Amino acid sequence: MTMEPRVAETAHRSKILEALEDQNTSISFEDPLESEMVLNMGPQHPATHGVLRLLVKLDGETVVGCVPELGYLHRGYEKLAENCSFHEFIPHTDRLDYLAPLSNNTIYALAVEKLLGIEAPPRAQYIRTVISELARLSSHLLWLGSLAMDVGALTVFMWTFREREKLYDIFERIAGARFTTSFTRIGGLAQDLLPGVDKMIETYISEFPANIGECEALLNKNRIFVERTDGIGVISKETAIAYGLTGPGLRACGVEHDLRRSDPYLVYKDLDFDVPTYTGGDTLARYYQRVAEMKESVKIVRQALERMPSGEVHAFKPKKVLPRKERVYTRMEELIHDFMIVNFGVEPPVGEIYFAGESSKGELGFYIHSKGDGHPWRLKIRSPSFVNLQSLPELIRGAMISDVVAIIGSLDPVMGEADK
Amino acid sequence: MNQAILESLKARFGEAIVSSGEFRNELTVVVAKDRIVDVCTCLKDSKEFSFDLLADLCGIDMYSPTHRFGVIYNLYSLTNKIRIRLKTFVEEDDPHVRTVTGVWPTANWHERETFDMFGIIFDGHPDLRRIYMPEEFEHFPLRKDFPLMGIPGSLFLPKK
Repeated sequence: MTMEPRVAETAHRSKILEALEDQNTSISFEDPLESEMVLNMGPQHPATHGVLRLLVKLDGETVVGCVPELGYLHRGYEKLAENCSFHEFIPHTDRLDYLAPLSNNTIYALAVEKLLGIEAPPRAQYIRTVISELARLSSHLLWLGSLAMDVGALTVFMWTFREREKLYDIFERIAGARFTTSFTRIGGLAQDLLPGVDKMIETYISEFPANIGECEALLNKNRIFVERTDGIGVISKETAIAYGLTGPGLRACGVEHDLRRSDPYLVYKDLDFDVPTYTGGDTLARYYQRVAEMKESVKIVRQALERMPSGEVHAFKPKKVLPRKERVYTRMEELIHDFMIVNFGVEPPVGEIYFAGESSKGELGFYIHSKGDGHPWRLKIRSPSFVNLQSLPELIRGAMISDVVAIIGSLDPVMGEADK
Repeated sequence: MNQAILESLKARFGEAIVSSGEFRNELTVVVAKDRIVDVCTCLKDSKEFSFDLLADLCGIDMYSPTHRFGVIYNLYSLTNKIRIRLKTFVEEDDPHVRTVTGVWPTANWHERETFDMFGIIFDGHPDLRRIYMPEEFEHFPLRKDFPLMGIPGSLFLPKK
């Protein structure tokens, strides 16, 4: 046992001595013990949550530096968008943050509506609020399960997936699809809520606090979980802002920035909810942050359901909003509008807008430059995962190799969104 | 609010503020290319504006006789809760613009992406590599003259 390190030591010393004794060599030893190595992690790695590739430089078990490599899931959505009409791009937004497609659909629809200068009717706004918050729950639940699994607690993963399964049942009832929902339309929704859905959602959110409480009971005082996350991956307020971190990661550093509050869209202005913040800026703070946000989401969903007005879910703007199918088949005007919108797209005014909403990962923004055609001249997706990942080298410098997985998990990147 | 910011910018930078426009209550200010870093530094540091968050930076291919490319900076102020958009034009024969990574470190990846997609070179950038496309890829996919279907043979695929 004691022999091995000594042998290694002599080997190193002899190498240095050799170089010193030889008058003609001018070898410089940057790292005389040669203890640094580069570790390739990903793109096919179960703990990087998608096809993220990291090149990690290690000194023993400590991370000295890290270079993230992206692009393994790049599908060129911005190029596709320039060749799609505004309606045709809606299904593509599902594939950005595929853990919360409903909130992507909503924010994209809001961005286009801002460009067109139209607004969806109140009932559609309320339904959009409900589905955005349910999408946030579904995304945060997956995040909670996978973070717990990353640090070795498998039970929580099973429990959060049980909860997500119920959510998917609700999504299926709302949109007809569990995963790729494509539920919003420009100026409204694909359809109104089917009868019975509000009951399903109500039952779900009334049971939710108890269910999330079970997960919290497993983690909050779990010594292994707390020690694996407390003080790991710390980022200060100033650094977080400088690196453009948004969403739960930023709020866990103590910055009270939530677009639902500071830049209210949909009906968030009328609803009573808190923007929780934590000050730790570490993985544990990000865990508390997201759990607190889930509880706020439940509050928002409950209020939105209570106040949900009745009425149409499509704005009455015949030249901008797709008409209802039953009317297309029976009326001349609607048939003409349907033909024009499907074939040539809605014709927005010339101009450029940037609209951002608070998705589960942070600020999801769409910059649209329109030249008055049925398709955008340029559509830029400001994806929160892409920007949040940029602070990863900052977070994991100095951490242990075993914590890298927990830190990536705590940032919650979704590569579909980061790679676009 | 927008008008106040614009007036203040005009008073400070005069000629460098080329033009401006407002659409849907959003202010867009076109800045001369060689003064972009100064304007950004001022917008970030001065107490009056404090645009401390660079929400987004992206390129655009105008493909018009007057201008070829543009670089767009969407800024957000966490204290004042307002947005502003800066824009600067870059021509095809000289696709250079100075980097703003010194002002907002988050510009690093955004500028890499813009370089990758449009071939706009950010002078002074610490690590200007392609971010999405492979290193050896020779084209810039978001330029309007790049076909939607891609260029056959431009992507090197591994041999079987």
